[in-house]
Amino acid sequence: MGIGGGVDAVVTALVWTAGPASAADMAAARLQMALSLGWHIILACMGVGMPVLLLSAEWRAIRTGDGDSMRLARRWAKATGVLFAVGAVSGTILSFEMGLLWPGLMGIYGEVIGLPFALEGIAFFVEAIFIGVYLYGWDRLPPVAHLLSGVPVLVAGVASAFFVVTANAWMNQPVGFVMENGRVTEVSPWRAMFNPATPPQTLHMIVAAFMVAGSVTAAVYAVAMLRGRRDRYHRLGFLIPFTMTAVFAPVQVLLGDYAAKFLADYQPAKLAAAEGLFLTRSGAPLSLGGFAVDGELRYAIEIPNGLSLLVGYSPRTVVEGLDRVPVADRPPVTAVHLAFDTMVGIGFFLLLLSVWYATAWWRRRDLPRSRWFLRLAAVSGVAAVVAVEAGWVVTEVGRQPWTVYGKLRTFDAVNPVPGLWAGAVVVTLVYVVLTVATVYVMRRLARAPQKSAAPQEPE
Amino acid sequence: MDAAQILLVVMWVGLTLYALLAGADFGGGVWDLVAGRSRAGMPQRRLIEHSIGPVWEANHVWLIFVIVVLWTGFPPVFAAVMSTLYIPLTLAALGIIARGAAFVFRKASTELWQQRLFGAAFALSSVLTPFFLGTVAGAVASGRVPPGLAAGDLVRSWLNPTSLLGGVLAVGVCAYLAAVYLCDDAVRADLPALAEGFRRRAVATGLGVGAVVLGGIAVVRWDAPRLFGGLTGRALPLVVAGAVLGLLSLALLWRRRYLAVRVTAAAAVAAVMWGWPLAQYPVMLPPALTVGEAAATPAVLGATLAVLAVGALLVVPSMAWLFLLQRRSPYDPGAHG
Repeated sequence: MGIGGGVDAVVTALVWTAGPASAADMAAARLQMALSLGWHIILACMGVGMPVLLLSAEWRAIRTGDGDSMRLARRWAKATGVLFAVGAVSGTILSFEMGLLWPGLMGIYGEVIGLPFALEGIAFFVEAIFIGVYLYGWDRLPPVAHLLSGVPVLVAGVASAFFVVTANAWMNQPVGFVMENGRVTEVSPWRAMFNPATPPQTLHMIVAAFMVAGSVTAAVYAVAMLRGRRDRYHRLGFLIPFTMTAVFAPVQVLLGDYAAKFLADYQPAKLAAAEGLFLTRSGAPLSLGGFAVDGELRYAIEIPNGLSLLVGYSPRTVVEGLDRVPVADRPPVTAVHLAFDTMVGIGFFLLLLSVWYATAWWRRRDLPRSRWFLRLAAVSGVAAVVAVEAGWVVTEVGRQPWTVYGKLRTFDAVNPVPGLWAGAVVVTLVYVVLTVATVYVMRRLARAPQKSAAPQEPE
Repeated sequence: MDAAQILLVVMWVGLTLYALLAGADFGGGVWDLVAGRSRAGMPQRRLIEHSIGPVWEANHVWLIFVIVVLWTGFPPVFAAVMSTLYIPLTLAALGIIARGAAFVFRKASTELWQQRLFGAAFALSSVLTPFFLGTVAGAVASGRVPPGLAAGDLVRSWLNPTSLLGGVLAVGVCAYLAAVYLCDDAVRADLPALAEGFRRRAVATGLGVGAVVLGGIAVVRWDAPRLFGGLTGRALPLVVAGAVLGLLSLALLWRRRYLAVRVTAAAAVAAVMWGWPLAQYPVMLPPALTVGEAAATPAVLGATLAVLAVGALLVVPSMAWLFLLQRRSPYDPGAHG
């Protein structure tokens, strides 16, 4: 019939040739989710961390009447406005994809993890409303009222991150419900939200967000200073964000240790994959690098007893290896292990850089003199982003083959429609364009001549 | 009313607000698309940007609100709708990305070719996104989304007469609401010529939407008889109220009562939107999946309602403040945004 016939022909060519939902479709769904989640995480980190920088600079400007601080606040506000909008839409896509790609998860467990998302929705409302007030109210509100209007943006941003990560934590530690005939009963949404994985995961992620925003922003000014723009404005533009990174770097190393010890107790398969440990043993070594081949980790640098010492403070501590996990339930080892090493390596790199910075500041109230400090600080922006992505690879790939740990396999969560790969291709293309446009616009913003001076000084 | 019914009403309030607020923002994009060449269309585009700039993100959050309430309160319905309507919803999602990103990119860019490029992406996606969301509404209303994972026809579920009617109506309603709101905004910005232009467009779109609705009655009767029965039965008072309010809005536009027409036009759209669930209640997914069967466990419904009640205390006053600031903000024709 008219519409149906013509459309069917097109769709047959496009969709049905792929056959019914296949392994390729599932790979496509995972790729699409990984891409849109990995993309959004960067924006989300900026959304959580930027308000701290903005408010610090504006507070400084109001308190001291410093024009440079006000110019920085205004520039960062512009950048935050763009990043927040892009983050808002890339976050919306994720809520669509929860159903488009994983209806098998949401149809059963949607109600168990719904509460934190409802809370996140409220936080997102608050964030969106006050970012509107903050960005558009600059010349329409008295200075202190304007500064205060930014506080809800900060609080709601941190709260959003907390709520969303509790839902992910639940996927690692699914509690708070009983399964009966394929439907959940006796749901306790608060218990599900405050599951055992919630404290380590949320703390680790929120601190990571502050570090990403600090490092990325500082990197922009480090590059400018390397190019010779060493005036007060650029120095301050480096100091404020890098101080935030430096404050959180040691905290993050401790939180990372806490998260790893948590895995040893609650998700040993993930820790075993992250450390590339196949055999359950005491005196387990800490393996750096290497590849998993035929049930063992090859070409790794081993620190004897390292892992046992880290997990239980004693070489005699027994650490569970992958041999305790049925082969069908093991996560892919090489990817998780290398991602873990990357994250930890960058964490220590940022810690050392922060110590260098703190030492110089403590001695001379100044930045380290070496150009190498600025070069490494410039690298730290990219490095912090890589570390966050690597951390999510550990947490998400390390949970495979489960979507809900021990309860629901990813294969049973995926949308059974054919042709998911076609959607993944289209979404990938859109994200490529979005990435190019975002980078381009942000670079233009960074280079644009600074027109708006502080309100209290004449232009 | 039990908790499931209350949550359903709350969700529908969210959807109504999304249509009335974000719908108008999409409609702004529609008028941006047809505003003419760069120089000639500049004043209109500036006014549209001024009207939606501070509020579109907050308005957009209503969609996320509806999605989250649906999957929390009625998870089987969410899974069925999202899996069967994978294609139009993916396209709507891409439209949402393009619309939001392009809007801020345009504002942040300074060169004409960039503004044109981002502007075109913004305007085009403002038409496509409501269209696809409208086809989704048509698919559910005409009973083409059965419960279960991807149990419906992947293509015909949303490419059918009722869905196409839904898509066209959604775009028409967005454009109509935007034109009505922009009349008032133009007068407040002291741009009477622009107000006249949007008044003409509001009247024309209003008549157009009315014609589509009249034609749509025949389409629904033939394509979705169950829905037709509900709309002409229990939901008839709301349908009639929608028609009366629509006519009243046209009269008010004629007399340039722009503030009043803002209210009546929104009420007309709301009346029609509430007619749909009333027509098929208690069925959520026709023919048979009811609210009671689809609802989450009582503990979840209770916790969600409690959280949303507290949330409303935070969100409603803040949002009122934002709208107040936006209405009070002076229009600067030279300013960029």
